[in-house]
Amino acid sequence: MLHEPAAVSGIDEAAGYKKRLGLKMLLVYGVIYIIFIVINVAWPKVMGTIVVGGLNLAIIYGFALIIIAFVLAVVYNWACTRHEKYFEREKKA
Amino acid sequence: MGEVKTLAIVIFVVIVALVLFVSFFTARKARSAHGYYAAGGRIHWGVNGIAFAGDYLSAASFLGICGMIAVSGYDGFLYSIGYLAGWVVALFVVAEPLRRLGRYTFTDGLDAKFNKRSVKLMAAIATLVVSIFYLIPQMVGAGVLIEPLLGFPHWVGVVLVGAIVITIVATAGMTSTTYVQFIKGSLLIVFALVIVIALTVRGLSTEPDQGGRVPFYNYKTITATQTDGAITPNDPAYQVVGQHDVKVKDKTLTFVKIKSGDITTWWKLDSDSAGVTLHETQQLVTQEDGTKLVNGAPESADNKLRLVGNVSSIAGEMDTTTGPVNPFKFLSLIGDPDTTINLWKTVKFTEGTDNVSVFYSVPVAGDTVVKPGQQFKVAGSWVDRVDFVSLMIALFLGTAALPHILIRYYTVPSQRAARKSTVVAIAAIGFFYILTLFLGLGAMTSSTVNVLDNNMSAPLLAESFGTFLFAMISAIAFATVLGTVSGLIIAASGAVAHDLMDRFGGLIKNERQKVLAGRVAAFVVGAIAILLGIAFQGVNVSFLVGLAFAVAASANLPCIIMMLFWKRTTSKGMVASMIVGIVSSVGIILFSPTAWELYGLVATDAPIQMKNPGIISIPLSFVVIYVVSKLTKPDMMSDQAFADSRANPAPQPAVAEAAPAE
Repeated sequence: MLHEPAAVSGIDEAAGYKKRLGLKMLLVYGVIYIIFIVINVAWPKVMGTIVVGGLNLAIIYGFALIIIAFVLAVVYNWACTRHEKYFEREKKA
Repeated sequence: MGEVKTLAIVIFVVIVALVLFVSFFTARKARSAHGYYAAGGRIHWGVNGIAFAGDYLSAASFLGICGMIAVSGYDGFLYSIGYLAGWVVALFVVAEPLRRLGRYTFTDGLDAKFNKRSVKLMAAIATLVVSIFYLIPQMVGAGVLIEPLLGFPHWVGVVLVGAIVITIVATAGMTSTTYVQFIKGSLLIVFALVIVIALTVRGLSTEPDQGGRVPFYNYKTITATQTDGAITPNDPAYQVVGQHDVKVKDKTLTFVKIKSGDITTWWKLDSDSAGVTLHETQQLVTQEDGTKLVNGAPESADNKLRLVGNVSSIAGEMDTTTGPVNPFKFLSLIGDPDTTINLWKTVKFTEGTDNVSVFYSVPVAGDTVVKPGQQFKVAGSWVDRVDFVSLMIALFLGTAALPHILIRYYTVPSQRAARKSTVVAIAAIGFFYILTLFLGLGAMTSSTVNVLDNNMSAPLLAESFGTFLFAMISAIAFATVLGTVSGLIIAASGAVAHDLMDRFGGLIKNERQKVLAGRVAAFVVGAIAILLGIAFQGVNVSFLVGLAFAVAASANLPCIIMMLFWKRTTSKGMVASMIVGIVSSVGIILFSPTAWELYGLVATDAPIQMKNPGIISIPLSFVVIYVVSKLTKPDMMSDQAFADSRANPAPQPAVAEAAPAE
């Protein structure tokens, strides 16, 4: 009983596109994240290398992982919304 | 101190009153199950995004990470990176598809294409297990906060939080929880930023005095001579009356008991080619009758352990103060190889009938605290390295599988809103996590670390800027606990009332009964959380949070990912994967060195030397779901059949509300 979606949505034409895009973006971020882990365990001294302004690779890479996550999220949202709007216009037409 | 307490209490009461007001004000929206569990699906995506941040920035995130950075440097920041990275998984692969499937809970989403009782049962159990494990550290955190803030014992703090949260959840459900989280998330980020600005304006000092409020204490060093093992201080005012060797990992530390006047204290012995030196420490001695001696004298309001942590040289300069610096300069000065930071370590031993805890400083070069290595020995043995990788995997994959985070996808009106609120959450949480590095390193260098409990580092750093910031940040930290506990109890009560009683047991006949069941379940789960919070007093908060992440990533994530991306997934595969995920992750932790220490045993005797189970339990869970699904008959609804079932749902009871429009 009482088993239906929280909000009934129509068929999402953009679902396939969003799924593929999400996986690609996860792959991109995952690779950057894995490189971070690999450097830490394989060449820990490299993390202490000063990169810019007296800040080492550990700090720059750490901040970059946070900022890249946000940038990818904005790009993903923008691309998905654009695609959804395209299908909405198609449907209206 | 009295003034501090009064202001802290006033601000605390105002924030709790605000929380309760919001709760009762929004209660009218919780009359239906949809309103109670999913806030009517009408929360604005911006509000929901900040509420996500409020849910996620729990006591462990806020207090635990800052505390860990304050004592271990960059290694604590690894938690910030991992916790944030997990949101990428949540946004890119879980948020929208899961929202398309579900109604109220994680179980709904998982079971949407199967409609099997076994899936409902296991998913509900997984939700309960993860929620309760996540609840314990929050309740313990409440007790930790309440003690210095209001002067109540630990158990009063736990009961107080439990009672307030049960009231909130049992009256209003997800709507109030969302607004509570929104208010708390906003306040937390704003005030963390204020502290970081104040920190960089103050700059670094080799003799931090907390804005002139607490004089900096210079720990003494005396020279001594050692003849045939006997140590004699060169200053006749000091007499050696005892000695104790303590084995710490692969080296032996020597502590010398010295009498000076009427006071007897423990000093740390260092010897090298230049001679023998004795360094003053802090100590807490608990005698057989329970009397506590702090640094040789009875513990009292005026004789407590001093707060610690400072830089003894800044970029090679002794006795200096930098004045205002920009945030990047602040980090680069701390990370300079010629900066020396005094980190504090603890050893415990018994001497006769006395239990002795000695806290001693270890000077380290600045560049070693701004890279991994203080806590996670990435340059150590292969077990240490695997452990580090395991932790980073669990953090990355755990977020997307936390039930109290997943249910927030159902509170917004559309998939697009779910996606946008996740982007807002990533922005807010990411910004906050960047601030944690400054907060932690600031506490480390401002003499604001409590040697007994580093969880209070952030509030104590705030206190070094004055009473108001301390009172405010402590009250926000308390609201943090309130908010997170509310979200967790909602998720857990949903698992009991909606998943187990209604969908699994078929015991619920109408909407009214369902909301009532949710409220009763919230009361029961809250009561259990209170008892566990009292029972687990003193247990490391991060240990428990790590367990919750590992269980979530092992039990839930393989099912979510495979169900969304592999059409051949079967219900039996999912059930088997959840069982194996829970048993393997919890099992490994229960036999880990950390658990062995909790049992009072020797850590090195633990049968499994890994502390983080993710690297074994997560792949194992994936393998199980793949193999069992391959061996069993396909039973997942096709996309078309699922779309048809949604387009022509089975007749609903007359009381069921209309779902909001997309």
